[in-house]
Amino acid sequence: MRAALPMMLPAAVFLCGFLLFPVVSTMINSLYHDSPLTGREFCGLDNYRRLAGDDQALETVEFTFVFALSSVALEMVAGVLIALAISRVVLGRGPLRAVVILPWAVPTVVAAVMWKYIFNDQYGLLNYLVYGDSVAMYRAWLARPATARLAIIAADVWKASSFVALIALAGLQSVPQQLMEAARIDGAGPVRRFFHVTLPLIRPALLVALLFRVMDAFRVFDLVFVMTQGAPAGQTSVMQYFGYLKMFPEQQYGYGAAVSVVVFAIIAALSIVLVRTVGRRGLVE
Amino acid sequence: MRLLWTGLALAAVVLFCLGPVLWILSTSLKSPGLVDDRPPSLLPDLDAGSYRVALEGRGFLRSMGNSLLVAGATTVLTVLMASLAAYPLARMAGRWRGPVLGLVLAASMFPQVSIAGAVYRMLMGMGLLNTHPGLVLPYTGLMLPLAIWMLTGFFGRLPRELEEAAVVDGCGPWTTVWRVFAPVAAPAVFTTAILVFIYAWNEFFFALLVMTDPAMQTVPVAIAKFPGQYRVPWGELSAAAVVAILPLVAMVLLLQRRIVSGLTTGATKG
Repeated sequence: MRAALPMMLPAAVFLCGFLLFPVVSTMINSLYHDSPLTGREFCGLDNYRRLAGDDQALETVEFTFVFALSSVALEMVAGVLIALAISRVVLGRGPLRAVVILPWAVPTVVAAVMWKYIFNDQYGLLNYLVYGDSVAMYRAWLARPATARLAIIAADVWKASSFVALIALAGLQSVPQQLMEAARIDGAGPVRRFFHVTLPLIRPALLVALLFRVMDAFRVFDLVFVMTQGAPAGQTSVMQYFGYLKMFPEQQYGYGAAVSVVVFAIIAALSIVLVRTVGRRGLVE
Repeated sequence: MRLLWTGLALAAVVLFCLGPVLWILSTSLKSPGLVDDRPPSLLPDLDAGSYRVALEGRGFLRSMGNSLLVAGATTVLTVLMASLAAYPLARMAGRWRGPVLGLVLAASMFPQVSIAGAVYRMLMGMGLLNTHPGLVLPYTGLMLPLAIWMLTGFFGRLPRELEEAAVVDGCGPWTTVWRVFAPVAAPAVFTTAILVFIYAWNEFFFALLVMTDPAMQTVPVAIAKFPGQYRVPWGELSAAAVVAILPLVAMVLLLQRRIVSGLTTGATKG
């Protein structure tokens, strides 16, 4: 097709201008000392050396992995359970599906505000559900590292399980009923039917959901910005939030750029591995 | 027995999905005194005061307007360019399709922070900070990969014979695309537009950087930076959150079939 290149040109220009060029520019910047105090000066790999010895940065990477792996694992399980529950319904499936889409459609910032309020130390729903009227027992969940981390994971699981559920549901609808019937006649119970018939058939769909969820979870920012700002003591900080802090509020453009390049590299490596695994199962073609 | 279990499972699903939203809705309808009650009361006393303050006193309607404008313009621009790019991609012969789509998919996974610094300086250089175009341009760059990805998936499923027949009947390339292909592809384009709109409406990272002037804030920024001097005004914040969700609830109720088909394209083939 002769018109192919001109047709792709506008999109290509935008992608180069707003994605490719900025990434390259960030990579170059990471080789400079650059802040309002020091001015701009080439420094080789200094910023990366500093990053390797920055305990705060390493803790941030660690929590990002803990966050991403645990929340995605929970979302996959919750999503499949939700999909299984709705797939049985015939009457009123429309409204039910709308209910399930809602958490996905809610802006992450709004979800974060909702969960921040649920975990509130004074008026929070969680305190009320756990301790009832004993106001003196109410806890500041977001002020302790362990519970604050769990709170952020909970908010993400709430918001993203619905995405997994929708994709799993679409997969479930393509499972032929005769197959389930055959398995039932052969005497397979519900659990065996799920693991030996349903799961293998919806696996390709689930792998795609997994790919998108993992990539999203590693880029978490909004939840942390709204719920904790990294508190207490940076224990809930995540990679993108750390990079944002260095680059913008702290104006360490060079160091911030180095942090961003590492974040980019980690996510790129993960996505290559995942796209290859998932892609081999027919994502692209 | 089986019916009971299904009922319980469904109740759990509904509670899980709606519970947090209902809690915010309840808080938004409480009078200031009731919001401060400890232990918190589950049911509101149906006072609309929080909405009045959030919408009139705190300029939240202006934020809604900003979001509408930015998300709307982003959607139009993105879908237009993505459709142009996706058509040849969907019709391309084997060899280049995979790599190009792979690149597009990879581009949709860029962490925002890795491009934020350069984009910010670029926008500053063009004098676009705190302007609507200043957000529409980077958003279009960010949303394009996803839109191209979805549209290529949709277009690939439309039969090639359609255009071949048109060409045989003597249509030129533009007539073929506009008179024959476009009408068939319109639902797919509309579906993509819905998803791009929702993503643009919800985007926070770049909105936080670009819109520092309170008058220019989009909805997520307005909510994240909700003014409260020493304590968070939970009643008003809840009211703002409910208002922010309303357009999305409407879209989900009216367009859920399209949203689902948009999300699942690529995940399930044909």
